[in-house]
Amino acid sequence: MSIEAHGIRKKFGAYTALDGVDLNVPQGKLVALLGPSGSGKTTLLRIIAGLEFPDAGSGRVLFHGDDVTDLPAGKRKVGFVFQHYALFRHMSVFENVAFGLRVRRRRDRPSAAAIAERAHRLLELVQLDGLAGRFPSQLSGGERQRVALARALAVEPKVLLLDEPFGALDARVRKDLRRWLRRFHDEIQLTTIFVTHDQEEALEIADEVVIMNKAHVEQVGTPQQVYDRPASPFVYQFLGNVNVLKAPALAGARRRGAGSGEPGTDGLIYVRPHDIELTPHDAGGDGLSAIVRHIHAAGPHARLLLEQVQSREPVEVEISRSELAELNLQANDLVRFRLRQTHSFDEDYAI
Amino acid sequence: MSIATTAPFTTRQARTVPPRATRDPAWARWTLTAVALAFLAFFLVLPLVVVFAEAFSKGAAFFMATIREPDARSAIWLTLFTVAIAVPANVVFGIAAAWAIAKFRFPGKSLLTTLIDLPFAVSPVISGLVYVLVFGAQGWLGPWLIDHNVRIIFAVPGIVLATVFVTFPFVARELIPLMQAQGTDEEYSAVTLGANGWQTFWRVTLPNIRWGLFYGVILCNARAMGEFGAVSVVSGHIRGETNTMPLHVEILYNEYNSAGAFAVASLLALLALVTLVVKSAIEWRQNAAP
Repeated sequence: MSIEAHGIRKKFGAYTALDGVDLNVPQGKLVALLGPSGSGKTTLLRIIAGLEFPDAGSGRVLFHGDDVTDLPAGKRKVGFVFQHYALFRHMSVFENVAFGLRVRRRRDRPSAAAIAERAHRLLELVQLDGLAGRFPSQLSGGERQRVALARALAVEPKVLLLDEPFGALDARVRKDLRRWLRRFHDEIQLTTIFVTHDQEEALEIADEVVIMNKAHVEQVGTPQQVYDRPASPFVYQFLGNVNVLKAPALAGARRRGAGSGEPGTDGLIYVRPHDIELTPHDAGGDGLSAIVRHIHAAGPHARLLLEQVQSREPVEVEISRSELAELNLQANDLVRFRLRQTHSFDEDYAI
Repeated sequence: MSIATTAPFTTRQARTVPPRATRDPAWARWTLTAVALAFLAFFLVLPLVVVFAEAFSKGAAFFMATIREPDARSAIWLTLFTVAIAVPANVVFGIAAAWAIAKFRFPGKSLLTTLIDLPFAVSPVISGLVYVLVFGAQGWLGPWLIDHNVRIIFAVPGIVLATVFVTFPFVARELIPLMQAQGTDEEYSAVTLGANGWQTFWRVTLPNIRWGLFYGVILCNARAMGEFGAVSVVSGHIRGETNTMPLHVEILYNEYNSAGAFAVASLLALLALVTLVVKSAIEWRQNAAP
């Protein structure tokens, strides 16, 4: 089922959580709502779920073209997974999953045997069938998350909404679980929206990323689109490390051709640390001189902090460790740098 | 990027080991323990023993006669009757107030929270006097009540009202922090799964607060049975009519019938002990529960 939201506004007292937000999620897609905390992404998700309502007269929420704005959460056929799972702590895993079927009106309620069958099938689907008798407090974070998912799926939702689904897990489990979620989504093909503040997570598993900032949507696109063609400095900075450099000082470091690094009307050039090329200083040629201030070589890549000789601006550079070994750099050495790929923004982007 | 071939999700939260007790010198430990035990024995155990010893000082026959005497029986019944109204009433009020305060935002919330504590803050005697001033013969509503032949002060309704007022905070106070800590996510979960308000309350909210609720009920019950000050002001001490157990104890004592006074008092003490045992059992269950 496709999801649309038009012109959603929401205020909490004097605080504006959403200021005229539009969203369009096609059937069967996995979409990430990405943004820093306070950007309104969770509020938007809760409005789609029916747990919050947009301010009077401000906007509509449509499921598959039908207006559901005034429907309560229980009638929207959404599966919602909360950030901290919100499992019923006094019920076993099995009872948690069966809850949505048990509370149905008698004439819609499946038989006890059918409920048990469905609950066990869902627990199998999330690879937890052996734990049906456990209580939530006896499970690990990743297991709880999957119980919450099975519980949400038990009511056969048309839409799956996940609020920071991996936020409370440790880094290792997070990675496993998000890849599992991607495969899981490919299997069940349910229109899914998940909220996250982790750009890596969003870029890795989403079909489409909606980047939010300060109650607005900044950009919508596939992970590659938003990463390669960011619509605003905010998006560019949010999606990875970035150097913001003043253009005049950089004339010597720019390359001709694609991504040549013309500054925008703000006179700034944006460049990612891994899009900077280093050459030995003695070799001459073009490029700007800088002093190596710090080398951080633990990890897959080496990160260097340079200081431009002329303007004294700091520049962060990321190169492979073999390149670093070739350059044979030490702190306080001189080096030349050139910009491979840059971005610039004109100031007419809306705020 | 390759997906790990080993079975995912094998991590488990590490069991937390309680830290080792710090080692104090032996004399310090023994002295502190001895002081605590001596204090306990002198101020708690001794009086309790005295109550029961005095109660049976004239023999078991006198004890039975005292508590079977019509005035004593009437006092016991009145106490149980009052408790039977005050405790359920405060369970309903307490859950409603705690639910509203913990789960919703509304104007006047902090005022309500403060008002719930009012009965703890004022002396019980004043709580009683308030009812006399409102419902008494010279009170605001007194003339109207007399005209309509309704008796509240110096009658059973006054005793029940005073008891309800004094024991009001117990259930609510017990539940508010518990419900606040639990938050509203589980209720929202239930709602998205299709449960209506009634189902959400009975299947999710109530089971989550059941131990806290029992605990509040027990404390409320103990106080309702033992309340003296407020009830004393509104009761009028009419033997066989408006005497509760604590008031009956006082009357017997003032008549120099100390064995009789202690006999009735021992019943109250016994109820208190039962309350404590039930409370410990609940705490034990609560700790044992997953």
